[in-house]
Amino acid sequence: MKENEKPEKGNQIIEEAAQAEYKYGFVTDIETEVIPKGLDEDVVRRISALKGEPEWLLEFRLKAYRYWLTLKAPTWGHVHVPEIDYQDISYYAAPRQKKAGEKKEIDPELKKTFDKLGIPLEEQLRLSGMAVDAVMDSVSVKTTYRERLAELGVIFCSISEAVKDYPDLVRKYLGKVVPYTDNFYAALNSAVFSDGSFVYIPKGVRCPMELSTYFRINAAQTGQFERTLIVADDDAYVSYLEGCTAPMRDENQLHAAIVEIIVEDRAEVKYSTVQNWYPGDKDGKGGIYNLVTKRGLCRGDHSKLSWTQVETGSAITWKYPSCVLKGDHSVGEFYSVALTNNWQEADTGTKMIHLGKNSTSTIVSKGISAGHSQNSYRGMVKIAPKATGCRNFTQCDSLLLSDTSGAHTFPVIEVGNDTSVVEHEATTSKINEDQIFYCNQRGIPTEDAVGLIVNGYAKEVMSKLPMEFAVEAQKLLSISLEGSVG
Amino acid sequence: MLIIKDLQASIEDKQILKGINLTVKPGEVHAIMGPNGSGKSTLSAVLTGNPAYTVTGGSVEFYGKDLLALSPEDRAHEGLFLSFQYPVEIPGVSMVNFMRTALNEKRKYFGQEPLSAADFLKLMREKRSIVQLDNKLASRAVNEGFSGGEKKRNEIFQMAMLEPKLSILDETDSGLDIDALRIVASGVNTLKSKENATIVITHYQRLLDYIKPDFVHVLYKGRIVMSAGPELALELEDKGYDWIKEQVDSQQ
Repeated sequence: MKENEKPEKGNQIIEEAAQAEYKYGFVTDIETEVIPKGLDEDVVRRISALKGEPEWLLEFRLKAYRYWLTLKAPTWGHVHVPEIDYQDISYYAAPRQKKAGEKKEIDPELKKTFDKLGIPLEEQLRLSGMAVDAVMDSVSVKTTYRERLAELGVIFCSISEAVKDYPDLVRKYLGKVVPYTDNFYAALNSAVFSDGSFVYIPKGVRCPMELSTYFRINAAQTGQFERTLIVADDDAYVSYLEGCTAPMRDENQLHAAIVEIIVEDRAEVKYSTVQNWYPGDKDGKGGIYNLVTKRGLCRGDHSKLSWTQVETGSAITWKYPSCVLKGDHSVGEFYSVALTNNWQEADTGTKMIHLGKNSTSTIVSKGISAGHSQNSYRGMVKIAPKATGCRNFTQCDSLLLSDTSGAHTFPVIEVGNDTSVVEHEATTSKINEDQIFYCNQRGIPTEDAVGLIVNGYAKEVMSKLPMEFAVEAQKLLSISLEGSVG
Repeated sequence: MLIIKDLQASIEDKQILKGINLTVKPGEVHAIMGPNGSGKSTLSAVLTGNPAYTVTGGSVEFYGKDLLALSPEDRAHEGLFLSFQYPVEIPGVSMVNFMRTALNEKRKYFGQEPLSAADFLKLMREKRSIVQLDNKLASRAVNEGFSGGEKKRNEIFQMAMLEPKLSILDETDSGLDIDALRIVASGVNTLKSKENATIVITHYQRLLDYIKPDFVHVLYKGRIVMSAGPELALELEDKGYDWIKEQVDSQQ
C-alpha cells in the first residue's frame, strides 16, 4: 500500500461507519422458482434433475443423503444452534430470469441487485482485473471474464456448468477433500448442494486476475448450500475471493457450504473471505446460520494454501478452514479476524494437519467481541509421527469491547515426533480506555476511535487481503461495531 | 482565553484538586510546578476531559465557552491540546491515518472539507521538520516501539499539526536526554505565537531554561499556593519545595 492511500481510506471508513447498520438487507423483487419445503430422496432427485446432472452425481447425492439420515447435528461448538426443522426449509430456489436461454444477457433486476451490492456484472465496469461468479440463492447468475480466462486454460465457472462441461475433472476431485462422511452439515450439503464456483488452474499458469464468487441469499425460507471446488495444478497460482450478504429477515436462514481446494506440486492458492451474512438485529432476532466446512489439501510438495477470513456477519458461525499438509515442504496459513457484536456467536478457527515432512503452518487469529456476543477460537495443530521437521506458529488474540461479551480459546496440539516445533501464543485484552482518551484528546470521537483501534488490532490479518477487499473489510469492521460502545 | 475558577476534582472519591484559580491570556507561557502528587497531572486531565476524573466544583471558561460542558473531542476542536506525559501506543494504526482522521474531524467541526491526501502529506512533511521527526517514524503505528524521546517529539509534532490555541505540556521533559529536550523545546518555541498560549507542567527547572515562562505557579495539595515571575523557578531549583510546604502547612 502506498503511503498516500492510507489516510484516504481511513477517512472513508469513518464516513461509512457514521452511517447505517446493515446496508445489504434489501430484498430483490424477482420471480423465484422455489421447490416445496421438505427433504427426502425425491427432493434430492428433483434437484439433480433440475440441474440436468449425470447419474454418478445423483448417486453421490443419494449416498450422502442416506448417510446424513444416520447423523446427528454436532453439539461440541461453543454456539447455540437451535433445533433446525429440516423439513421446513426449501432446498432449491432459482431466480427466474426473464431472458432464460440467452445466457449472455442477464435479467435487469438481477443486474440491479448486484450493482447495489457493488458487484457490477458488466466486465467493462470492473475497476480492475477481477472475474466474478455471482450466485443468487441456488444458482449462478453470471460469470464474468470466462472467455479471457479460457484462453489461458483457466476454467472459472459455476459448478453446475462444470458438471456439464468438465465432468471428468469434477468427478476426479469432488468430495475428495471433504467426503460426505465428514460431518453432519457436509453430508447435508453433499446431498442437496446447489451452486457455487469451480476453478481449475492448469499446470504452470499464474491466474492473471483475482477470481471471486459473490454469494447472495434472496429468497425467504430457503437454505443456501453452495459448493466450491478449486484445483491448482503443478506450479499454478490463483487468488480467490468470496463475499456474501443476505436480506434482513426476522427468521433465521441456513447456509451450509463446502469449499474444497486441491493444491498440487509447487502450486499456490490464496483464499480470502469477507463474510457479511445478515447477523440478526440488535436483540438477536433473525440472521444467518453459517455452518460451513472448508478444507484444502496441499497434495504436492512445496505447495501452499493460505486462508484469510474476515468474519463479521451471521447470527451463528461455525467454520474451520483447514489445511491438510500432505506434500513435503508444503505450507498452510490461516489468518482470521472474527468480530461478533450484539447476540452473535462465532466458533471458528482452523486445523493444520501436518503429514508431509518439513511442512510449515502459521495461524493468526484475532477475535473481537462486543455487545452480548460469544467469540471462540478453536484450532488443531496435528503433526504426524512421520512428518519430521515441521513447524507451526500460532498466535491467537482476543479483544473484548464489552463486559457482557465472551472470548474463548480451544486449542488442541498433537505433536508426533521430536524434530518438529510448535509455538502457541495467546493474549486476551480489553479495549484500553487510555487509547480511547488519547484519540478523544486529538479530536476523534469515541465510536471512530474504537473503529481505528480495532482496525489497527486486526491489521496483521487485513494486510493479507487483496487490496480491494481490504478496504471493504476495514469499513465492515467499523460498521459492525456501530453502537457497541456506550 | 482560559479562566479557571475554584476548580475542584476527584478520582475514585479522592479529592485531588481543591480549588484552582488560574487565568491564561494569549501569548503567555505559564509554568506549573510542584512536588509529586500535588495534582499537576490531574489538572491537565480535568481540563482535557479525561473521564476518569470527576469535577466536583468550580468552573472553566475557554474563549467564553463553558469548557467543562464540552466533550473531550470538542475541547480539542476548540483548540485545547495535551502533550501526554505517557503517550499511549495504538498498535496497527499508522500515524498518517491517525493524524489525518484527527485533522479532518477538526475540519468537519468547523464545516470545512476534508484535506486532500496530497495537501495532507505536504502539511505532514512541513510539520515533521519542526521536531526533526523522520518520515519512517510518521508512517509507523502511533507511538508503537517509539523511544521515550521519539514519543515526546511525536506529541509536539501532533501539536504542530493541530495548531491548538492552548497547549498543555505535561511533564514533557520526563525521560528526555538533553538533545531530545532541546529538540522538543525548540519545537514548542517555534510554534509559539501571540495568539496561542502554553501551560508547562514540570517538576524541574531544567525545561524552563529552554521554554521561558512568563509566570510560574506552585501547586501543592490541590491548590496554587504561590505565583510569581520566572525567577521563582530558579528559586525552587535552588531551595526545593520544602520551604513552601512548611509555609503552607503551618498556615493550615
